[in-house]
Amino acid sequence: METPIAVTGLVKTFGRTRALDGLDLTVRSGEVHGFLGPNGAGKSTAIRVLLGLLRADAGAVRLLDGDPWRDAVTLHRRLAYVPGDVTLWPQLSGGEVIDLLGRMRGGLDPKRRAELLESFELDPRKKGRTYSKGNRQKVGLVAALASDVELLILDEPTSGLDPLMEEVFQHWIDRARRDGRTVLLSSHILAEVEALCDRVTIIRNGRDVETGTLTELRHLHRTAIDAELAGPVDGLADLPGVHDLRVDGGRVRFAVDTVALDTALRRLTEIGVRSLVSQPPTLEELFLRHYETPPAPAAASDADQPAGVRR
Amino acid sequence: MSTLTGTGHLARLILRRDRIVLPLWVLLLTVLPVSYAGSFLALFPTAAERAAYADGTARNPSVVALLGPVYGDSIGALTAQRGGFLQVIVGLAALLTVIRHTRTEEEAGRRELLGATVLGRHAGLTAALLVTYAASLVLGLLTAAGLAAAGLPVAGSLAYGLSAALVGVVFATVGGLAAQLTQTAAGARGIAVGVLGVAFALRLVGDTSGHGWPSWLSPLGWAPRIRAYAGERWWVLALPVALTVLLAVVTYPVSVRRDLGAGVLPSRPGPARAGRGLSGPFGLAWRLHRGQLLGWSVGFGLLGLVVGGAAESAGRSVAGNAALEQVMARLGGTSGLAEAYLGASLGVAGLAAAGYGVQAALRMRSEEAAGRVEPVLAAGVHRSAWLASHLVFALLGPVVALALTGLAAGLTYGLSVGDVPGELPRMLGAGLAQVPAVWVLAGLAVLLYGLLPRFAATAWAVLASAVLLGQLGAVLELSQWLLDLSPFTHTPQVLRAGWSVTPLLVLTALAGVLCAAGVAAFRRRDTPVG
Repeated sequence: METPIAVTGLVKTFGRTRALDGLDLTVRSGEVHGFLGPNGAGKSTAIRVLLGLLRADAGAVRLLDGDPWRDAVTLHRRLAYVPGDVTLWPQLSGGEVIDLLGRMRGGLDPKRRAELLESFELDPRKKGRTYSKGNRQKVGLVAALASDVELLILDEPTSGLDPLMEEVFQHWIDRARRDGRTVLLSSHILAEVEALCDRVTIIRNGRDVETGTLTELRHLHRTAIDAELAGPVDGLADLPGVHDLRVDGGRVRFAVDTVALDTALRRLTEIGVRSLVSQPPTLEELFLRHYETPPAPAAASDADQPAGVRR
Repeated sequence: MSTLTGTGHLARLILRRDRIVLPLWVLLLTVLPVSYAGSFLALFPTAAERAAYADGTARNPSVVALLGPVYGDSIGALTAQRGGFLQVIVGLAALLTVIRHTRTEEEAGRRELLGATVLGRHAGLTAALLVTYAASLVLGLLTAAGLAAAGLPVAGSLAYGLSAALVGVVFATVGGLAAQLTQTAAGARGIAVGVLGVAFALRLVGDTSGHGWPSWLSPLGWAPRIRAYAGERWWVLALPVALTVLLAVVTYPVSVRRDLGAGVLPSRPGPARAGRGLSGPFGLAWRLHRGQLLGWSVGFGLLGLVVGGAAESAGRSVAGNAALEQVMARLGGTSGLAEAYLGASLGVAGLAAAGYGVQAALRMRSEEAAGRVEPVLAAGVHRSAWLASHLVFALLGPVVALALTGLAAGLTYGLSVGDVPGELPRMLGAGLAQVPAVWVLAGLAVLLYGLLPRFAATAWAVLASAVLLGQLGAVLELSQWLLDLSPFTHTPQVLRAGWSVTPLLVLTALAGVLCAAGVAAFRRRDTPVG
């Protein structure tokens, strides 16, 4: 199986809200795929469609070579899911929840369960109602990671974890990748995405806006140039692909599209360069560009979830 | 900063959040007694008719058990008695309101959010209590005004209104105390409703057994003993006031001693590994429902014991009244009244069991709204299996409860008439005869959940309508088609009239259709729906 997740043209509406509006998402076998987007972009809705919890209005969705709605039960035995807000049964202990979810999926690896509990420093004897937000997430993560499944679907799984636990989480995802499992990881934590993800898809207003490896994505974006020049600055502002030009005496700062980089640098050397600092776009800039653009009028802002689910 | 800082803000927040529910129950519980007065005026225009009705009522232990004693035969006295059961509902509404704005808030973590602002330690509890006290008093005064406007004596109307208001005040405080004890709102509700149940049972036993003293132990027993419209005994009003002060004196120190989010009753650690039984949706449902099943079973068993024990003396109380004895003879001997009493009590048990069925079915809704369904459905559990795991409890839980009521009533009634082997199966059968009507209500809750999850709670409104139809039907002389809307109208009076199987089969089939439609709708719809 080449593509555990293959989504094309997925549409999902809640009343008049168009939560997903032609989403494409392809996750290849064995990769850790980052799923990014601002709050309300439709990440959780897409994941719920993949899990057969919501029914797609239009588009094609294939999950592990099956139909996520029709074949939900058989497919779910082969995947594990961690929601962004794990809610536990108040009267069950964490250990009971881990075993229960594992058994429903068809069993979990007791050795790995013990290892996970230890590395996440989770006390399995506490009752659900007494866990903190971070510890509830750990219960969900241990239950998912201890299962022998091909596919992990994680919806902002590390919300509420401290930095130490974040590191533990990255270790386990790395291990899952080495075991040949596929991971769909929705996340807001850029360091996490940068450390773990082979490829990412950025979603906005229910539609994928970019997809590729981080290197590919960087390539599509601007490099920041900060240079001290020997002569008067002219002819730069007119160059196509040069943005945000600021001139301060002999010093220039600007951003330039990757395709126009060569032309811009030629122009600088013609003037004469005394010093030059160039910065590839950081991941933050990459994402902020997508996060900050004003939303298209067609899509509502709270499209990430069906109305009112996580009040 | 005083411990009460911010109480006003919180009280306004509560009023804002309850701007529909609170006026609704206040208004409903005000309108009903006034409507009773109106219908009595229309039904019994002459003193002789009123006297006959009052006499029959006073001597009918099933009426006294449910409503309390009647003092006198004026329209006012009859209205005050008829409104007796409404006071239980006033108490229930009051305690639920307080718990909803204290322990529920704390459990959901919203109190923490507010606690970080400028709020005194006692502000939350005080605001919830004050709002509920105020609502109870408004209810009482509106009722008094309504009754007086209907032409009843002002003093009696005020006494009746205040008695209802103070029932609300007492049980609001009970709710406030219960909210300090447990960590969960469900636990607090269980304790407070349990106290209300004990208060009702004490009044029931006191009023029907001939020994009045148990009624004096119950706030629900004090209300009728104010004797509205029958030579008001105003000093009785001091009892609920004193109890309220006492409860508050206990509650406030308790609320200070515990931490936010914690209860006084400790929560113990659980097992590190799940037991063998906890491996699928049914194991999970058992863990979620077993406490409720146990609680309802105990309650229903006790109800059966009390009702069965009181029935025989109820039959004997007719002795000496020649007219009633004649009527009873026509109905099949003095045992006729005991049977009627048992039948009516089992009817009440049926309504309560429907409450259990609806509550168990709506557990699915709260699981979904809390986000606890997704992980289960995403773990390879079929939607139908998940729903069925809860349906088992919604359908079979009430069967267990009603069977226990029947068996317990059969035991105590059988002992008192010296025929346990005969009465045990008869009462068991009479208890179980309520089951099909209960299933219809539970099935309706399942259908609503599957089809319109956001409105699933309207199943409670349907149940309330069935209760009101049963209560008001006779008084308001409603037309038969309206009464026929309630499934309980079709439940055969097994003890009095023997079994008739057809309505039971029809009700069961209807319940089956409702459940099947609910399952089908749930399988087709999106989850979660917020």
